[in-house]
Amino acid sequence: MRNEPTITPEQVAEHGLTEDEYQTILNVLGREPNLTELGIFSVMWSEHCSYKSSKVWLKTLPTEAPWVICGPGENAGVVDIGDGKAAIFKMESHNHPSFIEPYQGAATGVGGILRDVFTMGARPIANMNALRFGAPEDDKTRHLVSGVVAGIGGYGNCVGVPTVGGEVNFDPAYNGNILVNAMTVGLADADRIFYSAAAGIGNPVVYVGSKTGRDGIHGATMASAEFDDATEEKRPTVQVGDPFTEKLLIEACLELMATDTIVAIQDMGAAGLTCSSVEMADKGGVGFDLDIDKVPQREAGMTPYEVMLSESQERMLIVLRPGTEAQAQAIFDKWQLDFAVVGHVSDSGRFTGRVAGEVVFDIPVRPLVEESPEYERPWVEPKAPAALAPVTAAMEHMAALKSLLAGPHLSSRRWVWEQYDQTVMADTVRKPGGDAAIVRIHGSDRGLAIATDCTPRYCRAEPRQGGAQAVAEVWRNITSVGARPLAITDCLNFGNPERPEIMGEFVGCIQGMGEACRTLDFPVVSGNVSLYNETHGQAILPTPAIGGIGVLDDLERHADLALRRDGDNLILIGETAGHLGQTIYLRQLLNRGDGPPPPVDLTVERRNGDFVRALIAAGRVDTCHDLSDGGLLVAAAEMAMAGDTGLDLNGPEDAGFWFGEDQGRYLLAVPEADTAEILQLAEQQQVPAQSVGRTGGEALTLNAGAPISLAELRRAHEAWLPDYMRND
Amino acid sequence: MKASVIVFPGSNCDRDVQVALASAIGGTPDTVEMVWHGDSEMAKTDLIVLPGGFSYGDYLRSGAMSARSPVMREVVARAEQGVAVLGICNGFQVLTEAGLLPGALLPNAGLKFVCRDVQIRVENSQTLFTNGYQQGQTLRIPVAHHDGQYFVEPETLAEMRERDQIAFRYCDADDGRAANPNGSIDDIAGVFNDRKSVLGLMPHPERAADAIHGGTDGQGLLNSLVSALS
Amino acid sequence: MKARVHVSYKNGVLDPQGKAIGLTLANLGFEGVGDVRQGKLIELDLAESDAAAARKSVEAMCEKLLANTVIENYAIELEED
Repeated sequence: MRNEPTITPEQVAEHGLTEDEYQTILNVLGREPNLTELGIFSVMWSEHCSYKSSKVWLKTLPTEAPWVICGPGENAGVVDIGDGKAAIFKMESHNHPSFIEPYQGAATGVGGILRDVFTMGARPIANMNALRFGAPEDDKTRHLVSGVVAGIGGYGNCVGVPTVGGEVNFDPAYNGNILVNAMTVGLADADRIFYSAAAGIGNPVVYVGSKTGRDGIHGATMASAEFDDATEEKRPTVQVGDPFTEKLLIEACLELMATDTIVAIQDMGAAGLTCSSVEMADKGGVGFDLDIDKVPQREAGMTPYEVMLSESQERMLIVLRPGTEAQAQAIFDKWQLDFAVVGHVSDSGRFTGRVAGEVVFDIPVRPLVEESPEYERPWVEPKAPAALAPVTAAMEHMAALKSLLAGPHLSSRRWVWEQYDQTVMADTVRKPGGDAAIVRIHGSDRGLAIATDCTPRYCRAEPRQGGAQAVAEVWRNITSVGARPLAITDCLNFGNPERPEIMGEFVGCIQGMGEACRTLDFPVVSGNVSLYNETHGQAILPTPAIGGIGVLDDLERHADLALRRDGDNLILIGETAGHLGQTIYLRQLLNRGDGPPPPVDLTVERRNGDFVRALIAAGRVDTCHDLSDGGLLVAAAEMAMAGDTGLDLNGPEDAGFWFGEDQGRYLLAVPEADTAEILQLAEQQQVPAQSVGRTGGEALTLNAGAPISLAELRRAHEAWLPDYMRND
Repeated sequence: MKASVIVFPGSNCDRDVQVALASAIGGTPDTVEMVWHGDSEMAKTDLIVLPGGFSYGDYLRSGAMSARSPVMREVVARAEQGVAVLGICNGFQVLTEAGLLPGALLPNAGLKFVCRDVQIRVENSQTLFTNGYQQGQTLRIPVAHHDGQYFVEPETLAEMRERDQIAFRYCDADDGRAANPNGSIDDIAGVFNDRKSVLGLMPHPERAADAIHGGTDGQGLLNSLVSALS
Repeated sequence: MKARVHVSYKNGVLDPQGKAIGLTLANLGFEGVGDVRQGKLIELDLAESDAAAARKSVEAMCEKLLANTVIENYAIELEED
């Protein structure tokens, strides 16, 4: 081993390792590490790679169902969608890099999640994203929105995967820590899934894709530290994405996967070559012996430390069957990508790197993974919110509706999604703007429904309810297009877990999510945790973003929110108690954030959803919208605007009825001739259902008041975001 | 009819147009041949399609590097013999860069990628690409591009008008927005060469060619080709 | 020999990026900025050591690939190593 200066306590601290953690390293090695080894331990034991604060709780989430082929632990989750096909999907955060350099941060976030999915053998078929920005008034917000949206589009559009939906929220809690959560869904043959466990002593370890440069060194440790004012100086550590190379890498990998050459494959994401090597070796119970000089390098004079910790993008590591190197290389040559045999699988159980034959690091694999710290962070039970103080209506209901539709929370996101290619691949059935996006399973009459959701203000007020609500709303969104919900991925964004109240939010959200997943048969198959989203001690709202998928067995039988006929009855499904605590109505129009969030009754949620889905699957309902932010009146207006068909609404006068955010509810538009029967069916199944209006005309009318034209509503709804972004 | 789709590195609508064209011809997708950009030879074919995408990442200029790839020498030669050539989106950019069509495509005036349905008017229905449409018919077809602003010198534009080389123009603003999504000169969405054997257009007919797309106005273009070339 | 190729839009071709830069400069309070044009800089390391031959070769590169002369002008700068 090369002689290197001894490690100082400062270096240990700079690598984000505690004294105890460093002591464990000394025990594992039986000697002092050199700098490269210290770097390897530091990235492997960072929060981002080791899940040291969250592991204990993540284990409590349900991850199994008969249709789950592969749950958490691999690059992405895999579910059986029938007909010999599998959907592979995951959501991942790229929060810190996007705050520092919004275009490249968001772009490389998309690139990373795409690789997680095609690594497992899937062709990516849809992208989604969940974005949270600071208050619109904050100086940085406009610039961040502009850069993030352009970055997501710039990458996804170029690789030719449609971005079919997502969400955009604004809240001052994200002023110093925006959230960029990207999700990819891919399609594979169920019997052609590729995993990462290395095997076969002596098998070649192959590096493909882009060359390695000094990009993103310490990216993984940066993503696990709080921000301070010096963070903006850290710009050079942000990686730059090359979507063109990614596109070539997708095609080359899928071409290679069609041959019989791959033993194991893994993308190089956070902590690059280190993390991918260690995970492949550990899963296979083998060692990895790497020749660092063989790694294709973009810059001269890179040290082993830099090569091992680089987060250069668009790279993959593959263990090949012996003797297939030439066949594999021909494919990568065709796509003009780097291909290099950089080492071999060994029986040493050690992760060893050499430069010119000399060992530069040598670490036992098992302890590097298993001795990684795991913390049961102390947490406190979140304080239950006080009861809601009395609410006086802010203004007349129609004026309130117009104001909400024209505000930052509920205005149209068209400005965002028109910068995303939503229709490339020619299989997009339902574009952004509905409850769930739908993409056709290529070459079939079946479809996948995809949705993302989370209501962070509910999670802050009552984490357990908020966690359950996030899962339930995704399930409801998928149900409201008629699809059968299958599984979710989660992207858990929280503040500093070393603070017991933040850890309490984390625990509460996980508990709520777990309950919802169990009751709704909606297991977690993949996910990601992003902690330390704090600046100057100000944490973000707890944001467990959920992405879910469902399957549609017959594309002919799906629903969307657009009213399509005059004379239909608008049927409200679900109980309306008029819950105003934590609503958008309260927040935007009364500037209040008090009260508990709406309670989630998971049994009722399931019963109501199963009823609605059965009606759509039977071809009896083609128009459906779930009720969420803004409540009944907002949902009804969205249906009217989408279908360019007016509505005459009738019901009680109280604000809670029209703007409450009670859960487990849907609006259906049903022809007059079918109405009585559907209401009767609902009664038989103990599903609350009532008629609240009738379609027709070109305006919205409430309780025979003054009508408001759809054109006027649409102008208000469409104007806010483009006006806000005018001078970006 | 025999059709070939050229695949450049970074093409991403190659499969989409293959599927739509095969369906117009009435065959399975593999009835439409895929030709790799590095090939300098191509089997005999009646129609060459340059698909959409981001060939070479749109680096340097959209379409610039693809226009200089080996297969393009063959495409230019076939076009000179009168073989029909269709360029969609990035394919249109390649055709202008290769000199098969006049003008150039610049970044959108709004400087942003734009993906939405637009309305275009059929300006010349007397061609093998457009015989299935009525003169002046309005079509609803999606665009999805960053560099779609058509530019041509005024003198050339005058000549093109005279020779009926304007294939489609953006028209009929709806949703209160401009009809022209990218600032193209004279609202041009697609142009022919002088012989009307080469067409380039920014909108994607293959994304409006199936009931699930929510519209089938692009099908007419593919059907026109099938009926003219079969 | 090093060559620097500057590529910019011809006069008369709309340069929206240049326009946006000009507007933003004005918003930032920089006065007296007239027309703004944004171009590209391409740097080439050449084996050729004869300036005239290098210029000829780079001109050919510009005509063939580096610039689209329908919309762009180019200028070549040479620098001895």
